[in-house]
Amino acid sequence: MLTFAIRRLLISIPTLLFISLVIFLLLELAPGDPMAQVPLTVPDEVKQKMRLALGLGEPVPVRFVKWMYQFFVVEPSVFIDWLFGTSLSEGQQRVISWQTRSPVMDIVVQRMPQTLWVVGLAYVVGVLIALPIGIISAYKQYSIFDQAGTFVSMIGFSVPPFFTGVLVIVIFSIQLGWLPSIYDTTHVVNDWDSFVVQFKQMIMPVMVLALQTTAQISRFMRASMLDNLNQDYVRTARAKGLSESVVVMVHVVRNSMIPVVTVIALGVPAIFGGAIITEQIFKVNGIGQLLITAIQANDLPMVQTITFIFAVLIVVFNLIADVLYGILDPRIRYD
Amino acid sequence: MKTKHALMGAVATVALATSAFGAAHEGERGRDGEVRILYWQAPSIMTPYLSGGTKDIEAASLVIEPLARYDTEGNLTPWLATEIPTVANGGVSEDLTQITWKLQEGLLWSDGTPVTSEDVKFTWEYCTNPDGGCAQLTKFGGVTAVDTPDELTVVVTFDGPTPFPYGPFVGGQSPIIQKAQFADCVGAQASSCTEENFNPIGTGPFVVTDFRPNDVITLEANPNYRDPSKPAFQTVTFKGGGDAAAAGRAVMETGEYDYAWNLQLAPDVIAQMQSGGMGVPVAGFGPLMERIMLNNTNPDPSLGPDERSVIRPHPFLGDPAVYKALSMAIDRELLVEVGYGEAGRVTCDWVPAPAVYATGDLSCANFDMEAAKAMLEEAGYVDSDGDGVRETPDGMPMSILYQTSTNAVRQDFQALIKQWWNELGLEVELRNIDSSVFFGGDPGSPDTFQKFYADVEMYANTFDGTDPQAYLGNGLCDKAPRPATQWQGENISRFCSEEFDALHAELTKTADIDERARIAKELNAMAVNEGSMIPLVHRGRLSAHSNSLGGVALNVWDSELWNVADWHRIAE
Amino acid sequence: MTDPAANAPAEALVTARPPRNQWLDVWDQFKTHRGALFGLAFFVFIILMVTVGPLLWTYDATFIDIRARNQGPSLAHPMGTDQLGRDMFARMMAGGRVSVAVGLTAMALALMLGTFVGVVAGFFRKFDGPLMRLTDLFLALPLLPLLLVGVLLFRERLNGLFGPELGIFILIVTGIGITSWMPTARIVRGDVLALKEREFVLAARSIGTPPRRLISRHILPNILSPIMVSATLGIATAIITESALSFLGLGFPPDFPTWGRLLFDATDYLQQYPGRVIWPGLAISFTVLSVNFIGDGLRDALDPRIRGR
Repeated sequence: MLTFAIRRLLISIPTLLFISLVIFLLLELAPGDPMAQVPLTVPDEVKQKMRLALGLGEPVPVRFVKWMYQFFVVEPSVFIDWLFGTSLSEGQQRVISWQTRSPVMDIVVQRMPQTLWVVGLAYVVGVLIALPIGIISAYKQYSIFDQAGTFVSMIGFSVPPFFTGVLVIVIFSIQLGWLPSIYDTTHVVNDWDSFVVQFKQMIMPVMVLALQTTAQISRFMRASMLDNLNQDYVRTARAKGLSESVVVMVHVVRNSMIPVVTVIALGVPAIFGGAIITEQIFKVNGIGQLLITAIQANDLPMVQTITFIFAVLIVVFNLIADVLYGILDPRIRYD
Repeated sequence: MKTKHALMGAVATVALATSAFGAAHEGERGRDGEVRILYWQAPSIMTPYLSGGTKDIEAASLVIEPLARYDTEGNLTPWLATEIPTVANGGVSEDLTQITWKLQEGLLWSDGTPVTSEDVKFTWEYCTNPDGGCAQLTKFGGVTAVDTPDELTVVVTFDGPTPFPYGPFVGGQSPIIQKAQFADCVGAQASSCTEENFNPIGTGPFVVTDFRPNDVITLEANPNYRDPSKPAFQTVTFKGGGDAAAAGRAVMETGEYDYAWNLQLAPDVIAQMQSGGMGVPVAGFGPLMERIMLNNTNPDPSLGPDERSVIRPHPFLGDPAVYKALSMAIDRELLVEVGYGEAGRVTCDWVPAPAVYATGDLSCANFDMEAAKAMLEEAGYVDSDGDGVRETPDGMPMSILYQTSTNAVRQDFQALIKQWWNELGLEVELRNIDSSVFFGGDPGSPDTFQKFYADVEMYANTFDGTDPQAYLGNGLCDKAPRPATQWQGENISRFCSEEFDALHAELTKTADIDERARIAKELNAMAVNEGSMIPLVHRGRLSAHSNSLGGVALNVWDSELWNVADWHRIAE
Repeated sequence: MTDPAANAPAEALVTARPPRNQWLDVWDQFKTHRGALFGLAFFVFIILMVTVGPLLWTYDATFIDIRARNQGPSLAHPMGTDQLGRDMFARMMAGGRVSVAVGLTAMALALMLGTFVGVVAGFFRKFDGPLMRLTDLFLALPLLPLLLVGVLLFRERLNGLFGPELGIFILIVTGIGITSWMPTARIVRGDVLALKEREFVLAARSIGTPPRRLISRHILPNILSPIMVSATLGIATAIITESALSFLGLGFPPDFPTWGRLLFDATDYLQQYPGRVIWPGLAISFTVLSVNFIGDGLRDALDPRIRGR
């Protein structure tokens, strides 16, 4: 398993380089212009000069190589400088966003706390609720609990967050006035009261996001459990006299986890990617909002960098999922 | 948020009680605590020179200021200067090539150093550096030199007679920046000066304490602001992001914020929000006008990339009978009612404001379907094959592709106008395009408004300040986008008239204000009557502020936050 | 172990009874599942509503009667009218036709692609690496620029080949399909990796069953349940994604209603006219719910262990 993981990690390097090239070319090919949001009152000649100042006059391969150098050499050395107080990156051009003219990585780091707090927590909450719901629904198939779970999760999944988000704001912020409708990203938690404030502003976005996660994962958990509950090994385990809880929780759940692990692993990079719509509705301004504003403003260095980090996470978490398959089911072998 | 609001009220009361003055808008600096401003487009940088975006210009106006501003009526009012230079007071030379500004005495930057004429000169050098990519270059068009005879005097010299010399250093688009801070940020260095671009040292009422790009800016009162009793607020929280509806709710329904910018929402939605009782909408009218541009060239896809939307004429849109009938078949009053309410007016003008340049002609406002039909009949556009669609005299069906950017109000307008034009006997196909593509100048995309691969397209346009000369220049023949110019150019309709070009040339040479107004009106009418566009709605700016925020004077000619120093809390 | 084909020879011996079609057995089992029957009935109802409904209903979905705007439910307009006075009932039916068609087709396309990639990657070791790296690539690509490029490259061509409406339909369905097959592929592959080491697969392999039979007879029936879940979730995602695309101007013309779009447009009016949000919201949810129940019933019916009982 270890050699497999190492081999896969080595293969991922050329894969990721290829992915970064594809993303770059895709962004290059996509119609759009970093000057699209500049008002029409600014004449075209001026816009053309602004484009040249952004480096858009250079040929595509040159810009790609520059980005590679900035991302793989300059940014890590900035990180090392920050860590050890060295000055490796002195005078080196970092990856600069076109919208803000500031280093992309600084903004990404600035956005991490709210993204992790809201999107990350929502994911954890969603998974923690989904697993028991999935298990119970399968174990008591067609019970009232199962039917209600199916109903709620299907409605939860098929009603998009652009609607549920506004709905909860109307109910809890406007009608009841209990919760703030706007997330304060500058809020610092340092005592109980400030924690309460933080908790209040997180409830709604976390709720909306967790609904989607819960719906999805509980469905997969239930389906996979159902497949396994009728298997011969379950009958054998019961015949051996194992208690029902051991049979279900240890044997069946463990064997049902493979599709669930896949889905969970697919979702983790998405935490980093943020939740575009939900972030926008509650003005959480995490990485999802950063990415969508960058796409709308055609801020190519920003889009390229965020997407690439996203790609790295996807490759890593899919690798983790593959390793977990081997642990959950030792019969699975890769070499 | 009820408790919070009560808390803020309490703070205000305490401030009032301790204040030596009776009136709420007098007192010491910072007495009213915090003001919370919400822009649904988040500012990404604190300088108008590196980004032309309105959100950035307005955020920057809290900190950096120009020599003169426009007030709510569009009149020039001195800001850092002592007075507005004119020919009458000797500030503008008789030959109109020089303007002399006098800075106020004793002005300080927020770091405590004095503001001098060197800073003004540096601002010009900064923006006109060829490698800087300055977004406000046009503000400095024609300036050949900026001289500083003494610490408080600035002399701007133009390359020729300039009837309207109030471009440089006037309005939110060209504020003064500090030489000491930006000296190393000129030209290609401009974009790597992150610290300077996010935390500019200014003369304005506030100073940035924390700038989070595309998210939130926190500011505090400038200790060196020229008026010791202003600003009334100690801190500003300037939040960005979300959408207009959410911003309106946060101000008018939940009261979490004090000011929401540019609420472009359907009138009944605004009305509903207003019934929340926490805030009120305010509207103001600048020159912004929503129009349908008529393609004067032929957009037929079979013509190929070099001729499509380049060669003239359009198969039928060039005929006055057609475009007049199209205009007559639009009920503009209904459009205003459905789409803009308070923030819209019917207009038939290309330049609907300032009033001196507008023709004020409202003849297009008469919605008359029968007359429109008759006009087409008479000109020979009849439905000869009985399919419900008229044909041109040479037998071509009158089919129109109508495109615009994605926006709820525009899509409603499209649907309404399609129905009217269908009734008139035309076939209409609608298309909406994401605004980042539509308004982006990517020559590789077929969907930009400049390429105009459609028969008609709808959008809004405006101009900065109060002088329409450059804006009227958008109708000049050589400004038409075409392959040779990489599809760049402002003459979107490809309108072309020798008469218009000649008259516009005359405008650029005329100094007399009444004469300028007469020519501008004539140009205005010419473009509309000769089939460049169909004006629809004169659009206002609609923002909202909370009931407890005093001093708001919505300004559409300059930054909306132009008088933020006067904003204060009023006790409820 | 659980191969339905294993019963076939035994059944063939009993000549006294007429041979029963395997699908009849499935139908018999399906009938006993009440939820599934209900789901099927509702689904058929929706299909009829969106196909035949507009032919019978008097109003056209795009007809504007501005005097009748923002009306509540009445006899003339059972679901009221929208902000331009268009009949909501007509718009729901017209919108449903597009949404259901896009939802089903895009889901089917994503499912086929995903299952194919997943099975091939899981079953044949030498394809695993390349196919899964391809999946990683697709997962990483930003959706919006990808679709913009798709529109840029193919819209004119498809419009020329199939006409504007069918052209855009194909573009949207393909766009959604090729950007949403990856999770299914990963899930299917994970299950196949585990399944192919099970005893019954090893047994089938040892008697020389060719890979194609192995996959169709032994692997596919056993990975049906995650596929079914993907299918139900996929329909919902496709309907919502379509509305996002149309909103960005990448989809159908702006006056063309779809459920997702109706829901989106109505969100601003949530407080004044809640009815306008409820109808499209319910329609999407119930369609997905009915597909889910059909999926449940089908899965049970296709499972020979249950069917035998």
